Amino acid sequence: MSVANRPERPLSPHLQVYRLPMLAILSILHRATGIALSVGGLYLATWVMYAASNPRAYALFQSFNVSIAGRIVLGGWLFSAFFHLFNGIRHLFWDAGYGFEIKDAERSGWIVVAAALVATAASWAVGLRLM
Amino acid sequence: MSDTRTPLSRARGLGSAKEGVHHWWMQRVTAIALIPLVVWFAISLVMLSGADYAVARAWIGSPLVMVLLTLTIVVGLYHGQLGLQVVWEDYTDGALRVFMIVFTKFIAVLFGLGAVLAIMRIGFGG
Ligand code: HEM
Repeated sequence: MSVANRPERPLSPHLQVYRLPMLAILSILHRATGIALSVGGLYLATWVMYAASNPRAYALFQSFNVSIAGRIVLGGWLFSAFFHLFNGIRHLFWDAGYGFEIKDAERSGWIVVAAALVATAASWAVGLRLM
Repeated sequence: MSDTRTPLSRARGLGSAKEGVHHWWMQRVTAIALIPLVVWFAISLVMLSGADYAVARAWIGSPLVMVLLTLTIVVGLYHGQLGLQVVWEDYTDGALRVFMIVFTKFIAVLFGLGAVLAIMRIGFGG
Protein backbone atom coordinates (compact mmCIF):
# COMPACT_ATOMS: atom_id res chain seq x y z
CA MET A 1 0.00 0.00 0.00
CA SER A 2 1.49 3.33 -1.00
CA VAL A 3 1.66 6.15 1.49
CA ALA A 4 -0.73 8.23 -0.59
CA ASN A 5 -3.73 5.94 -0.26
CA ARG A 6 -3.06 4.61 3.23
CA PRO A 7 -6.39 4.81 5.11
CA GLU A 8 -6.85 7.28 7.93
CA ARG A 9 -7.55 4.60 10.49
CA PRO A 10 -5.39 2.72 12.98
CA LEU A 11 -3.73 -0.30 11.39
CA SER A 12 -3.26 -3.42 13.47
CA PRO A 13 0.28 -3.86 14.76
CA HIS A 14 2.55 -5.41 12.19
CA LEU A 15 4.41 -8.32 13.80
CA GLN A 16 7.78 -7.48 12.28
CA VAL A 17 7.81 -3.79 13.03
CA TYR A 18 5.77 -3.76 16.22
CA ARG A 19 7.68 -2.45 19.20
CA LEU A 20 6.34 -3.07 22.68
CA PRO A 21 5.32 0.14 24.42
CA MET A 22 7.80 1.26 27.03
CA LEU A 23 5.27 0.65 29.82
CA ALA A 24 4.85 -2.97 28.72
CA ILE A 25 8.60 -3.49 28.67
CA LEU A 26 8.92 -2.15 32.22
CA SER A 27 6.10 -4.41 33.37
CA ILE A 28 7.85 -7.46 31.94
CA LEU A 29 11.13 -6.29 33.48
CA HIS A 30 9.54 -6.15 36.93
CA ARG A 31 8.55 -9.77 36.59
CA ALA A 32 11.89 -10.82 35.09
CA THR A 33 13.89 -9.08 37.81
CA GLY A 34 11.59 -10.53 40.49
CA ILE A 35 12.32 -14.02 39.19
CA ALA A 36 16.05 -13.24 38.95
CA LEU A 37 16.08 -11.94 42.53
CA SER A 38 14.32 -15.08 43.75
CA VAL A 39 17.09 -17.18 42.25
CA GLY A 40 19.55 -14.67 43.72
CA GLY A 41 18.01 -15.27 47.15
CA LEU A 42 18.74 -18.97 46.86
CA TYR A 43 22.27 -18.09 45.80
CA LEU A 44 22.71 -15.81 48.81
CA ALA A 45 21.45 -18.57 51.11
CA THR A 46 23.95 -20.93 49.50
CA TRP A 47 26.79 -18.45 50.08
CA VAL A 48 25.93 -18.25 53.79
CA MET A 49 25.79 -22.03 54.04
CA TYR A 50 29.21 -22.30 52.40
CA ALA A 51 30.57 -19.76 54.87
CA ALA A 52 29.29 -22.03 57.66
CA SER A 53 31.06 -25.04 56.16
CA ASN A 54 34.82 -25.52 55.72
CA PRO A 55 37.30 -23.02 54.22
CA ARG A 56 38.06 -25.15 51.16
CA ALA A 57 34.44 -25.48 50.09
CA TYR A 58 33.96 -21.76 50.64
CA ALA A 59 37.05 -20.90 48.58
CA LEU A 60 35.77 -23.04 45.73
CA PHE A 61 32.43 -21.25 45.80
CA GLN A 62 34.13 -17.84 45.94
CA SER A 63 36.41 -18.67 43.01
CA PHE A 64 33.33 -18.55 40.80
CA ASN A 65 32.15 -15.27 42.32
CA VAL A 66 35.42 -13.48 41.52
CA SER A 67 35.58 -14.87 37.97
CA ILE A 68 34.39 -12.86 34.97
CA ALA A 69 31.14 -14.86 34.89
CA GLY A 70 30.69 -14.21 38.60
CA ARG A 71 31.19 -10.47 38.04
CA ILE A 72 28.54 -10.50 35.34
CA VAL A 73 26.14 -12.24 37.72
CA LEU A 74 26.93 -9.64 40.39
CA GLY A 75 26.30 -6.78 37.97
CA GLY A 76 23.06 -8.41 36.85
CA TRP A 77 21.98 -8.88 40.45
CA LEU A 78 22.71 -5.25 41.31
CA PHE A 79 20.73 -3.93 38.35
CA SER A 80 17.86 -6.35 39.04
CA ALA A 81 17.77 -5.35 42.70
CA PHE A 82 17.79 -1.60 42.02
CA PHE A 83 15.31 -1.79 39.15
CA HIS A 84 12.88 -4.01 41.07
CA LEU A 85 13.30 -1.85 44.18
CA PHE A 86 12.58 1.46 42.44
CA ASN A 87 9.87 0.01 40.23
CA GLY A 88 8.39 -1.72 43.29
CA ILE A 89 8.07 1.69 44.95
CA ARG A 90 6.34 2.87 41.76
CA HIS A 91 3.96 -0.09 42.13
CA LEU A 92 3.24 0.86 45.74
CA PHE A 93 2.32 4.39 44.65
CA TRP A 94 -0.12 2.91 42.14
CA ASP A 95 -1.56 0.70 44.89
CA ALA A 96 -2.10 3.85 46.94
CA GLY A 97 -3.92 5.38 43.97
CA TYR A 98 -1.32 7.77 42.55
CA GLY A 99 0.26 8.12 39.12
CA PHE A 100 -2.20 6.28 36.89
CA GLU A 101 -2.23 8.76 33.99
CA ILE A 102 -0.27 7.39 31.04
CA LYS A 103 1.88 10.52 31.04
CA ASP A 104 2.68 10.10 34.75
CA ALA A 105 3.35 6.38 34.38
CA GLU A 106 5.74 7.05 31.52
CA ARG A 107 7.58 9.74 33.42
CA SER A 108 7.91 7.66 36.59
CA GLY A 109 9.02 4.75 34.39
CA TRP A 110 11.92 6.73 32.94
CA ILE A 111 12.85 7.92 36.43
CA VAL A 112 12.97 4.28 37.59
CA VAL A 113 15.18 3.25 34.66
CA ALA A 114 17.56 6.17 35.19
CA ALA A 115 17.72 5.64 38.96
CA ALA A 116 18.42 1.92 38.54
CA LEU A 117 21.24 2.57 36.04
CA VAL A 118 22.79 5.28 38.21
CA ALA A 119 22.58 3.17 41.38
CA THR A 120 24.09 0.16 39.60
CA ALA A 121 26.95 2.23 38.18
CA ALA A 122 27.56 3.99 41.49
CA SER A 123 27.68 0.79 43.52
CA TRP A 124 29.95 -0.76 40.91
CA ALA A 125 32.30 2.23 41.13
CA VAL A 126 32.37 2.00 44.93
CA GLY A 127 33.12 -1.71 44.65
CA LEU A 128 36.03 -1.07 42.28
CA ARG A 129 37.56 1.47 44.66
CA LEU A 130 37.34 -0.96 47.55
CA MET A 131 38.94 -3.79 45.63
CA MET B 1 -19.03 -39.90 43.34
CA SER B 2 -20.12 -40.32 46.91
CA ASP B 3 -19.93 -37.22 49.00
CA THR B 4 -21.10 -37.01 52.58
CA ARG B 5 -21.33 -33.22 52.49
CA THR B 6 -24.62 -31.37 52.10
CA PRO B 7 -25.12 -29.37 48.90
CA LEU B 8 -24.61 -26.18 50.91
CA SER B 9 -21.28 -27.19 52.38
CA ARG B 10 -20.13 -28.38 48.98
CA ALA B 11 -21.02 -25.04 47.46
CA ARG B 12 -19.17 -23.26 50.22
CA GLY B 13 -16.04 -25.23 49.42
CA LEU B 14 -16.20 -24.06 45.83
CA GLY B 15 -16.06 -20.41 46.69
CA SER B 16 -13.09 -18.18 47.20
CA ALA B 17 -10.86 -19.31 50.04
CA LYS B 18 -10.61 -15.59 50.88
CA GLU B 19 -6.85 -15.80 50.84
CA GLY B 20 -6.31 -13.48 47.92
CA VAL B 21 -6.35 -10.30 49.95
CA HIS B 22 -3.94 -11.74 52.48
CA HIS B 23 -1.56 -12.78 49.71
CA TRP B 24 -1.76 -9.35 48.08
CA TRP B 25 -1.32 -7.56 51.40
CA MET B 26 1.67 -9.67 52.47
CA GLN B 27 3.31 -8.99 49.11
CA ARG B 28 3.05 -5.23 49.84
CA VAL B 29 4.11 -5.48 53.50
CA THR B 30 7.17 -7.55 52.64
CA ALA B 31 7.96 -5.16 49.76
CA ILE B 32 8.05 -2.23 52.17
CA ALA B 33 10.19 -4.16 54.66
CA LEU B 34 12.57 -5.07 51.83
CA ILE B 35 13.24 -1.48 50.75
CA PRO B 36 15.80 -0.70 53.49
CA LEU B 37 16.99 -4.32 53.66
CA VAL B 38 17.83 -4.55 49.95
CA VAL B 39 19.61 -1.17 50.00
CA TRP B 40 21.66 -2.24 53.01
CA PHE B 41 22.43 -5.61 51.49
CA ALA B 42 23.40 -4.22 48.07
CA ILE B 43 25.93 -1.89 49.70
CA SER B 44 27.29 -4.73 51.83
CA LEU B 45 27.51 -7.04 48.85
CA VAL B 46 29.60 -4.59 46.86
CA MET B 47 31.96 -4.08 49.80
CA LEU B 48 32.22 -7.81 50.51
CA SER B 49 32.35 -9.31 47.05
CA GLY B 50 35.35 -11.59 46.93
CA ALA B 51 35.69 -11.66 50.73
CA ASP B 52 37.72 -14.61 51.98
CA TYR B 53 36.46 -17.16 54.51
CA ALA B 54 37.58 -15.30 57.64
CA VAL B 55 36.27 -11.91 56.50
CA ALA B 56 32.93 -13.36 55.40
CA ARG B 57 32.45 -15.19 58.72
CA ALA B 58 33.42 -12.18 60.80
CA TRP B 59 30.86 -10.11 58.91
CA ILE B 60 28.04 -12.67 58.99
CA GLY B 61 28.62 -13.38 62.69
CA SER B 62 28.54 -9.80 63.96
CA PRO B 63 25.39 -9.16 66.01
CA LEU B 64 23.70 -6.50 63.85
CA VAL B 65 24.50 -8.31 60.59
CA MET B 66 23.07 -11.56 62.00
CA VAL B 67 19.73 -9.83 62.52
CA LEU B 68 19.65 -7.87 59.25
CA LEU B 69 20.93 -10.73 57.11
CA THR B 70 18.40 -13.16 58.59
CA LEU B 71 15.62 -10.65 57.89
CA THR B 72 16.84 -10.02 54.35
CA ILE B 73 16.97 -13.70 53.48
CA VAL B 74 13.74 -14.75 55.20
CA VAL B 75 11.63 -11.78 54.10
CA GLY B 76 13.20 -11.86 50.61
CA LEU B 77 12.46 -15.56 50.11
CA TYR B 78 8.95 -15.10 51.47
CA HIS B 79 8.20 -12.16 49.18
CA GLY B 80 9.78 -13.95 46.21
CA GLN B 81 7.77 -17.10 46.87
CA LEU B 82 4.53 -15.08 47.00
CA GLY B 83 5.49 -13.44 43.71
CA LEU B 84 6.46 -16.69 41.99
CA GLN B 85 3.10 -18.16 42.98
CA VAL B 86 1.43 -15.45 40.88
CA VAL B 87 3.80 -16.20 38.00
CA TRP B 88 2.89 -19.91 38.09
CA GLU B 89 -0.80 -19.00 38.30
CA ASP B 90 -0.40 -16.96 35.13
CA TYR B 91 1.39 -19.54 33.02
CA THR B 92 0.36 -23.00 34.28
CA ASP B 93 -2.80 -24.72 35.39
CA GLY B 94 -4.12 -28.00 36.79
CA ALA B 95 -1.80 -30.43 38.53
CA LEU B 96 1.34 -28.75 37.18
CA ARG B 97 0.30 -25.45 38.73
CA VAL B 98 -0.29 -27.01 42.15
CA PHE B 99 2.97 -28.90 41.94
CA MET B 100 5.05 -25.87 40.95
CA ILE B 101 3.56 -23.63 43.64
CA VAL B 102 4.12 -26.22 46.37
CA PHE B 103 7.60 -27.01 45.02
CA THR B 104 8.49 -23.28 45.06
CA LYS B 105 7.36 -23.00 48.68
CA PHE B 106 9.36 -26.09 49.71
CA ILE B 107 12.51 -24.72 48.09
CA ALA B 108 12.04 -21.35 49.80
CA VAL B 109 11.63 -22.99 53.22
CA LEU B 110 14.56 -25.35 52.63
CA PHE B 111 17.02 -22.60 51.67
CA GLY B 112 15.63 -20.18 54.24
CA LEU B 113 16.00 -22.62 57.10
CA GLY B 114 19.44 -23.67 55.86
CA ALA B 115 20.60 -20.06 55.74
CA VAL B 116 19.21 -19.19 59.18
CA LEU B 117 20.88 -22.21 60.76
CA ALA B 118 24.13 -21.35 58.96
CA ILE B 119 24.04 -17.78 60.26
CA MET B 120 23.41 -19.01 63.81
CA ARG B 121 26.18 -21.56 63.53
CA ILE B 122 28.65 -18.88 62.43
CA GLY B 123 27.48 -16.32 65.01
CA PHE B 124 27.21 -18.61 68.00
CA GLY B 125 30.25 -20.72 67.12
CA GLY B 126 30.18 -24.37 66.27
C1 HEM C 1 14.90 -10.17 47.76
C2 HEM C 1 14.33 -9.27 47.03
C3 HEM C 1 13.10 -9.46 46.17
C4 HEM C 1 12.64 -10.57 45.49
C5 HEM C 1 13.25 -11.96 45.46
C6 HEM C 1 11.42 -10.17 44.81
C7 HEM C 1 10.67 -11.00 44.00
C8 HEM C 1 9.46 -10.67 43.43
C9 HEM C 1 8.68 -11.49 42.54
C10 HEM C 1 9.08 -12.88 42.04
C11 HEM C 1 7.55 -10.82 42.23
C12 HEM C 1 6.41 -11.28 41.31
C13 HEM C 1 6.52 -10.59 39.98
C14 HEM C 1 5.26 -10.71 39.16
O1 HEM C 1 4.22 -11.15 39.65
O2 HEM C 1 5.33 -10.33 37.99
C15 HEM C 1 7.59 -9.57 42.93
C16 HEM C 1 6.57 -8.61 42.90
C17 HEM C 1 6.63 -7.41 43.57
N1 HEM C 1 7.73 -6.87 44.23
FE1 HEM C 1 9.42 -7.86 44.65
N2 HEM C 1 11.15 -8.86 45.09
C18 HEM C 1 12.16 -8.39 45.93
C19 HEM C 1 12.28 -7.11 46.44
C20 HEM C 1 11.33 -6.12 46.34
C21 HEM C 1 11.48 -4.79 46.87
C22 HEM C 1 12.69 -4.24 47.60
C23 HEM C 1 10.36 -4.13 46.58
C24 HEM C 1 10.20 -2.68 46.98
C25 HEM C 1 9.18 -1.97 46.88
C26 HEM C 1 9.46 -5.04 45.86
C27 HEM C 1 8.18 -4.77 45.40
C28 HEM C 1 7.36 -5.62 44.71
C29 HEM C 1 5.98 -5.37 44.37
C30 HEM C 1 5.19 -4.11 44.72
C31 HEM C 1 5.52 -6.49 43.66
C32 HEM C 1 4.12 -6.72 43.10
C33 HEM C 1 4.04 -6.28 41.69
C34 HEM C 1 2.72 -6.56 41.06
O3 HEM C 1 1.68 -6.30 41.68
O4 HEM C 1 2.71 -7.01 39.92
N3 HEM C 1 10.11 -6.25 45.72
N4 HEM C 1 8.77 -9.48 43.66
